[in-house]
Amino acid sequence: MEAKLSFDTVHSDFVNKVEELSGQDLASCYQCGKCSAGCPIVEQAETLPNQVLRLVQLGQREEALQSKTIWLCASCYTCFARCPRGVDLSRVMEALRQMVLRSKIDHVKIPELSRKTIEELPPIALISNFRKFTG
Amino acid sequence: MKIHYYPGCTLKVTAPQFESSAVAAARAVGVEMLELTRWNCCGTVYSLASDDLIHQLAPIRNLIRVRNEKGNAVTTLCSMCFNTIKRAGLLVNEDAEKRGKINAFMDEEDDYEGGVEVVHLLEILRDKVGFETIREKVTNPLNELRASPYYGCLLLRPEEIGIDNAESPTVLEDLLECIGAEPVDSPFKTECCGSYQTVDKVDLVIEKTRDIISWAARNHAQCVVVSCPLCFFNLDRRQKDLAEREPGAVLLPVFYFTQLLALALGLEVDVCGFDKHVVDPLPLLSSKGFV
Amino acid sequence: MSEKPRPNNPSREPLTGAVTRRALVVGGGIAGMQTALDIADAGYEVILVEREPSIGGRMIQLSETFPTLDCSQCIMTPKMVEVSQHPNIHLMTYCEVDEVSGSVGQFDVRIRKKAAYIDREKCTGCGICIEKCPTKVPSEFDLGLGKRKAVYVPFPQAVPPKPVIDAENCRFLKNGKCGVCKKVCEVEAVDFEQTDMFVEEKVGAIVVATGYDLHPKEKVAEYGYGRYPDVTSGLEFERLLSASGPTNGEIRRPSDGKVPREVVFIQCVGSRDQEKGVPYCSRICCMYTAKHAMLYKHRVPDGQAYVFYMDIRAGGKGYEEFVQRGVEEDGTLYLRGRVSRIFQHDGKIVVWGADTLTRKKIEIAADMVVLATAIVPSAGVRELAEKLNIVTDDYGFCSEAHLKRYPVETGTPGIFLAGCSQSPRDIPDTVAHAGCAASGVTALFSCRQTDSEVADSAAQVSAEKGPEE
Repeated sequence: MEAKLSFDTVHSDFVNKVEELSGQDLASCYQCGKCSAGCPIVEQAETLPNQVLRLVQLGQREEALQSKTIWLCASCYTCFARCPRGVDLSRVMEALRQMVLRSKIDHVKIPELSRKTIEELPPIALISNFRKFTG
Repeated sequence: MKIHYYPGCTLKVTAPQFESSAVAAARAVGVEMLELTRWNCCGTVYSLASDDLIHQLAPIRNLIRVRNEKGNAVTTLCSMCFNTIKRAGLLVNEDAEKRGKINAFMDEEDDYEGGVEVVHLLEILRDKVGFETIREKVTNPLNELRASPYYGCLLLRPEEIGIDNAESPTVLEDLLECIGAEPVDSPFKTECCGSYQTVDKVDLVIEKTRDIISWAARNHAQCVVVSCPLCFFNLDRRQKDLAEREPGAVLLPVFYFTQLLALALGLEVDVCGFDKHVVDPLPLLSSKGFV
Repeated sequence: MSEKPRPNNPSREPLTGAVTRRALVVGGGIAGMQTALDIADAGYEVILVEREPSIGGRMIQLSETFPTLDCSQCIMTPKMVEVSQHPNIHLMTYCEVDEVSGSVGQFDVRIRKKAAYIDREKCTGCGICIEKCPTKVPSEFDLGLGKRKAVYVPFPQAVPPKPVIDAENCRFLKNGKCGVCKKVCEVEAVDFEQTDMFVEEKVGAIVVATGYDLHPKEKVAEYGYGRYPDVTSGLEFERLLSASGPTNGEIRRPSDGKVPREVVFIQCVGSRDQEKGVPYCSRICCMYTAKHAMLYKHRVPDGQAYVFYMDIRAGGKGYEEFVQRGVEEDGTLYLRGRVSRIFQHDGKIVVWGADTLTRKKIEIAADMVVLATAIVPSAGVRELAEKLNIVTDDYGFCSEAHLKRYPVETGTPGIFLAGCSQSPRDIPDTVAHAGCAASGVTALFSCRQTDSEVADSAAQVSAEKGPEE
């Protein structure tokens, strides 16, 4: 797989938008991987959390936004709590999710949830899920 | 002492036993929890996008309600509500511009000037009541009950709102000890249960449930103790899914810390609502003679 | 860093007034010793003050040094002996600098000679008091992994080889019981009546060579350091490796004494970590971790060493080759990623790290974990800096006058820096830096005035009441 880099890729609108939405200085991340080492959902993730941020650092918009990892994230803040550079990766994940959701692509398909599921789940589960996964 | 109390939607719907046991137990140790007469859904979880103010309205509105009732502080039980409201409160305490915009948008409400303190019931028990006081009021100590505290995430992280050390918290252990139980440590006590993934990615949550329950069982715990209705659901209800997949899996009953506290304080069993669990806790409790 | 304006550096300009051409070196580790020897060899007197009972510092605690794997004691003890026997060096161990006044060329220093409760002049170093002492306490030299007595010599090669009594743990000094050491001493060297004494000295230049400590273990809670005995620091591992250490050089777990088969080494613990540690790189950890992994493998041939790293900093002579040797000859497995958590289970230490190169979360059930904890300035340096009127930086390291132009001078004329007191560095660079500091001192001392120069070699030394070294 190849990535052609240039000033425009690395300082693209995409990168700026992620920084703005997340409020994080992406250059602070030195890819140590500590976030991935402690992430609770990493076993299901084909792209490690630190790699998602790396893709943004390299301006790789499609790959970053298409990663499954951003939807597996449970916002547990373990990454933020342990990052030696103080990068709040949970906010970066949120920024990437928002960029997809705001283009009117929902991650969860509410009509597909069964009545039984909805009745059984605690309201906070539904509310937080829809907050994170719908636009 | 009296303190305003924010229940949140889930405590009224799927976790009434958390509320009933909490209110009764708190009263028994001298804390009167006064439910806010008006409140709305806190809008969990805290929105992490920096341009998103609309999702801060719901939690801030609840803080306005506290002020409407002349309160300076509010307590809550649900970790998710705690995290959301406290973080939103800190955000507007620090950022006058955002506070201004929120106030301008909610022009039908009083302006919120900031400063309402958000405390979790565990903080009140630890810092205001004191574990020694609680110990003295225990009439039915839960002797030899091996209970593994499970903190989850939102009570402890991020550090700005955490009620205890996120790497090695002790507040639940301390509480369990003072009610006579034996706290059992588990390396998974602060690992995420999967949270809202339980809606559309059940498999992921079942994996987390397996890890959390099996590690507690490995250390010979007889039950797991939580503080969050979503952790409770994920650990309790999803054990049923786990059992269907792995018939031999060890299952442990899950309790809210307030249920065990209420039991130890000798309160009526009704307030504990043990019938509302999926993994039945009554066999364990009767075998120990607590009910 | 921005250029500072050229400081008025009196090291290069003639001094006026009386000049005491004697130096004070604070700290008796390799930096202090090297500086003292170089100044002494140039013909000037040196007072070397060290607060521990023996010189040697951190280097004498090491087992072997990179990249040559020279035995640390073997290369250091000759220097230690040279220091103790050099006619121009007045060695004062178990002493501390109490007060300093004056200015370049004319400093007045008050030195506290701590009560050792032993007349070190009479003591022959026979060791019988140590043998008979009934009290055992954790040894600071062994970082708590081994024990020493209340009357003790910190390590076998101590210079001077004379013991001191630790008042906090001595039964006689605490509750008037025991006193066996006094009874058995054949030269009546034990003196429980001793008190701290003070000596006034005049010196013309002072060199701060106070060395380093390690990042406190309480700050690495997610790594279980302090909670799990089998999670150790790099320096503790050195003591395990050392042939004169608590396990005689055998690698054994502190918890149960078993030989560990899987050992995880973690670099950058507290370093490069502005959130929970210090933002700077501690410079020596990549190299000593590579060394530890290799030495471990030499002792435990059927064991496996893993190193979690972010980068490998191996910039010295022979350093890169050394690291590669560990990989190729000793099978050290390097994993590129940090460790998020460590916890104990069933006698094993479970490590959760990452290998970013294969995009995997890595779990290792290790028998032992060694943390390369960050280097921080020695305890007490800030207080010393205040007494000397020198500046320290945000982290407590003494500030040099200019990083490139005046790396051994401070902003205060006549006060120099050597070794880790200024910034973390390895032994070769420490020796070079110390030599540079010595040259700064000797340059200062060799400036001659055409008139009103006062020869100073007969400068007063106040009458001592205590024993001499």
